[in-house]
Amino acid sequence: MSDNVIEVHGLTKVYGAAHAVNAIDLTIRRGEIFGLLGPNGAGKTTTILMLLGLTETSGGTVDVLGFDPVRQPLEVKRRVGYLPDAVGFYDHLTARENLIYTARLLDIPRREADQRIMEALRSVDLADVADKRVSTFSRGMRQRLGIAEIVMKRAEVAILDEPTSGLDPHATFELLEMIRRLKKSGVAVLLSSHLLDRVQSVCDRVALFNKGRIALMGTVVELANQVLGAGHPLLVEATGIDVAEALSGTPGVQQVVPAGEGAWRVTADRDVRAEVARRIVTAGGALTRLADLQPSLEEVYTRYFQEARHAA
Amino acid sequence: MPRSAARREGSPFTGIGPVYLKELADNLSSIRMLVLTLFIIVFGAFPVASSLQQLRTVVGSDAFLFLRIFTIEPEQVPIPFVQALNFIIPLMAIGLGFDLVNSEFNRRTLSRVLSQPLYRDALLLGKFLAGITTLAVAMVALWLIVFGAGLLLLGLPPRGVEVARGIGFLVVAVAYGGVWLAIAMFFSVIFRSTATSALCSLGLWLFFFILWPMIAQAITMAFVPAEITSLDQFMGLQQLGLALQRVSPGTLFSEAVLGLLNPETRTLGPMLPSQMRGAIMGAPLPLDQSLLLIWPQVTGLIAGMIVVFTASYVIFQREEVRA
Ligand SMILES: Nc1ncnc2c1ncn2[C@@H]1O[C@H](COP(=O)(O)OP(=O)(O)OP(=O)(O)O)[C@@H](O)[C@H]1O
Ligand SMILES: [Mg+2]
Repeated sequence: MSDNVIEVHGLTKVYGAAHAVNAIDLTIRRGEIFGLLGPNGAGKTTTILMLLGLTETSGGTVDVLGFDPVRQPLEVKRRVGYLPDAVGFYDHLTARENLIYTARLLDIPRREADQRIMEALRSVDLADVADKRVSTFSRGMRQRLGIAEIVMKRAEVAILDEPTSGLDPHATFELLEMIRRLKKSGVAVLLSSHLLDRVQSVCDRVALFNKGRIALMGTVVELANQVLGAGHPLLVEATGIDVAEALSGTPGVQQVVPAGEGAWRVTADRDVRAEVARRIVTAGGALTRLADLQPSLEEVYTRYFQEARHAA
Repeated sequence: MPRSAARREGSPFTGIGPVYLKELADNLSSIRMLVLTLFIIVFGAFPVASSLQQLRTVVGSDAFLFLRIFTIEPEQVPIPFVQALNFIIPLMAIGLGFDLVNSEFNRRTLSRVLSQPLYRDALLLGKFLAGITTLAVAMVALWLIVFGAGLLLLGLPPRGVEVARGIGFLVVAVAYGGVWLAIAMFFSVIFRSTATSALCSLGLWLFFFILWPMIAQAITMAFVPAEITSLDQFMGLQQLGLALQRVSPGTLFSEAVLGLLNPETRTLGPMLPSQMRGAIMGAPLPLDQSLLLIWPQVTGLIAGMIVVFTASYVIFQREEVRA
């Protein structure tokens, strides 16, 4: 049994003359959290729908847990949980009733379903509103109910389309916690999002979509190396000294640019923190801050699309 | 590469049971159902009550007393009960069907439900069958009330043949409702807006009831030669007019009902049903003869229902699930 839960080769979707998705290759491994990133209209949702067999493919092959979503959509949908963007539930039914309907569609025996539903609702903190109508639910609660559905389904793969869009920071934090818990229970998670720093904190690997193609794929650090160049960015704050001058000629330092009043951004090809500190102090400056900047996905994203636009 | 031609595995009916049960429960418990029931009572109670009033005076002299409750034109009210039903059944069906599919889009539940193991076939068919069942439940309830009221007020039980014809009437009524349910569902697949879909269904309904008889007549008139020289020619024109009228499901319904509930009816053409009401009073036909007579009408209704349903099915298969 292979370790990949999803394997996609040359997947294509054509609307009229436009390629919404253009020959993408993608593999998702068992138990990882994979992020799909990209601007609006990049083709993330279209890709997700093709993985589930909810929209026809125009070319390429998809393999989800050993099944082909085009020919065997029922087998795929039995094993994959899906949280659409802006998920909806039947407002006139309670949270529990909504999940009971899903359980019936999944052909789960009634008694087992009751138990699984309670467990699932508890795991997303909705147990105390289980018998309230969904019409009274906030956006965040609906989103959590969507996660509960996936938990109840005991899906092997969870596909979440913009799970955090429209949520406040606290609700976002909670939702990401739930996604981490999904992963802990062995579920492979594929999610698309615009909240880059959040995605960065949960994703093992990401793919950057641009105009229907995957522009970049890998771990955040790999992408940063690719786009921002390998290196260790530092933030230096010091008073009574011009850091740019003090650091000129330091081996390893590639670039020093001012980043506001008494602050500089230093790019180096290796860890030069000790040397930087020594030089500033020797030059008579007061070093107030020396921070190792983690490569941020936001930066990668912004830089990549800036360059893509320039290139165009 | 045409991928839609790819063979898909698994039964198209997987999951139809839960869909059917949920939709049925939704229908029966909805406020809308209450409103529709109220509608029927308001429109039906008056004709039925006046019919009964009138029929009490002729108990014993008429062999088909119970069927007359449906068909006679009471003195105070100018419409017989079946004609009221001819009008109301489509309204009920439209009320149940106009938002069957597009409401799933609007509530954003469609993609979530379709990500469970079921095909779109099951969703559509389950909803349709639940609608038909709801109509049937309403019709049976109505039927029981009418027969019950007859039993109480006329003071005698219906004869077996009356019950049999009454049941035949139920089947025809449900098939008629099914046609309109399919039409309403068709519009609910085409239009994302429930208001537009309701408007189109109601528009078609008004068209068939008000405009179509006039149009059919106008078309027939256009074929009238300067001088009608033979009876054949005359009959041919009559046939054409009738054929056009029969495009409207309402015509098929009233003809079928006439054949069933007026056992004396021997032919459904070439005269219009409205012209022949009470015109031919011969010996009543046996039930099987009446059934034979109305068979084309019933098949027409069922075929219409299937054609419209299939059209919605084909369109729904190709529709994008995203809202
Ligand atoms: N039914 C359709 N007909 C024609 N074009 C479509 C259709 N659905 C989507 N598209 C196009 O396909 C492209 C990809 O859309 P998609 O929804 O996959 O993007 P996305 O990455 O999910 O964007 P977002 O971040 O806004 O959700 C878009 O350019 C869109 O205009
Ligand atoms: Mg999207």
